[in-house]
Amino acid sequence: MNYLRLLWIFLRVSAMNELAYRANFWVQLLQSLLNLGVALAGLAVIFSHTEELGGWRPAELVALLGVFFLMSGLIGALIQPSMQRFMEDVRMGTLDFTLTKPEDAQVLVSIGETRIWKLLDAVQGTALIAVALVEIGMRTGLAHAAGFALTLAAGAAIVYSFWLVLATTTFWFIKVENILVIFQAVYRAGMYPVTIYPRWLRMAMTFLVPVAFAVTVPSEALVGRLTPEVLAGSVAMAAGMLVGSRAFWLWGVRRYSGASA
Amino acid sequence: MRGLADIYATLFRTDLALQLQYRAEMVIWLINRIVEALVFLSVWSAVARSQGGQVGGFSSADFAAYYITMMMMGHLTFTWFMFEFEYRVRSGAFSPLLLQPLHPIHRDIAINIAYKFLTLTVMLPTMGLMVWIFDPAFDPPAWAVWASIPVVLLAFLMRLFVEWALALVALWTTRTAAANQIYFAALLFFSGQMAPLSLLPGWLQTLAAMLPFRWMLAFPTELLLGRLTPADVLWGVAAQVTWLFLSWGLLALVWSRGLRRYSAVGS
Repeated sequence: MNYLRLLWIFLRVSAMNELAYRANFWVQLLQSLLNLGVALAGLAVIFSHTEELGGWRPAELVALLGVFFLMSGLIGALIQPSMQRFMEDVRMGTLDFTLTKPEDAQVLVSIGETRIWKLLDAVQGTALIAVALVEIGMRTGLAHAAGFALTLAAGAAIVYSFWLVLATTTFWFIKVENILVIFQAVYRAGMYPVTIYPRWLRMAMTFLVPVAFAVTVPSEALVGRLTPEVLAGSVAMAAGMLVGSRAFWLWGVRRYSGASA
Repeated sequence: MRGLADIYATLFRTDLALQLQYRAEMVIWLINRIVEALVFLSVWSAVARSQGGQVGGFSSADFAAYYITMMMMGHLTFTWFMFEFEYRVRSGAFSPLLLQPLHPIHRDIAINIAYKFLTLTVMLPTMGLMVWIFDPAFDPPAWAVWASIPVVLLAFLMRLFVEWALALVALWTTRTAAANQIYFAALLFFSGQMAPLSLLPGWLQTLAAMLPFRWMLAFPTELLLGRLTPADVLWGVAAQVTWLFLSWGLLALVWSRGLRRYSAVGS
């Protein structure tokens, strides 16, 4: 409960910081809409030549695109800014101020900074999902919604753990930001279902950079093609990565000797 | 002319040394380019498979050849000035460049070529690997390979002028991200990156024919795939030269207007 209160305070502070720069809202809105337009136009070109892509029909791919934007919004607004701030703090030596605070340092680092305008992507993604569901004409029940919520939460947890592990390596290497750019490049490939990629690439997108769990699996849940095995796998992977990244983080912090040492 | 050649030789030497220090940054552009090629290659191969092996005259192997070639063309012609200029202007780093008795574009050209020269060491093996994995149908006639040399050079210069002019937008506003995004969206569709131009709907093809983008990437790529006749190539080169003059004019105009606008940070 305490952590939730903390998260709320941090969110409010960042929101107030960003509200001072209103023009950024319009720039971000323009950029989000452009991204959306490009993605939809791309789908239009593709589906002018075929009825299905890797087994996905047009409306289902729009749903997948919605999940893609929703997840990008969450990563861009909540996960990425905090992790980048953390890496900068290690380099500048200001991490010491975080470590000396009485709360758990992983929590403080993970909510250190947010960029609320990026949530526009998430709003846009949610709207896309709604439109796609109407288009598919699916009857949504409780099990359906629960499956989607569970896989989405698992996907977010997996991406968060992945970022945390990479960011934690900052304790040893100084310039890991570049590795994170690779994540963004590979993440973009998640705009299409991973089933269209060759086997080796699909494996890489499932286990090396967890795009499949972040986007494809929740989308499968959304359009009603989630199998119990995949659901179980996704939740198990999320649990494993949360525990693993936590252990790695603790090990990294123990090794860290501060800026002046 | 000799003076400029000496300057370039010196710039290359310093830039090569400089770039070698930033190996990680070098890799970022490469990864993005390779992933993009893999994505579109996979998408269109999947489409071809679902249509019984071919779509619009392209089989999976043709798409492989198309996107592997496109990847190389993208690498040879791209620039990144538009992402750098905002920082240059905001931080004031642009001012010392203006003080030198050399147009700043020369420095940018030198560093761009030095970068490409270095990264070919990664790009060529990657291409080889992709050829081995995807087994592309790649069999251009010899004349097309020779003709591609001036065509790629023209495409490079076109992009250089257009993109440097785009970068100069930073002299008016320090929020250039949106302008860049619009440019890259247009490039994605009209240059044949998203799909070979012949697969676009009719009205987009008409639009693509009127815009400069296709001459930057689609034209050299189709040439190297042996999909063009000699007459096509002559017409294409004429179009490239025309656009080159137009973009040079645009750059000269934007540069002279922008410099009058620019008042360095701190003044």
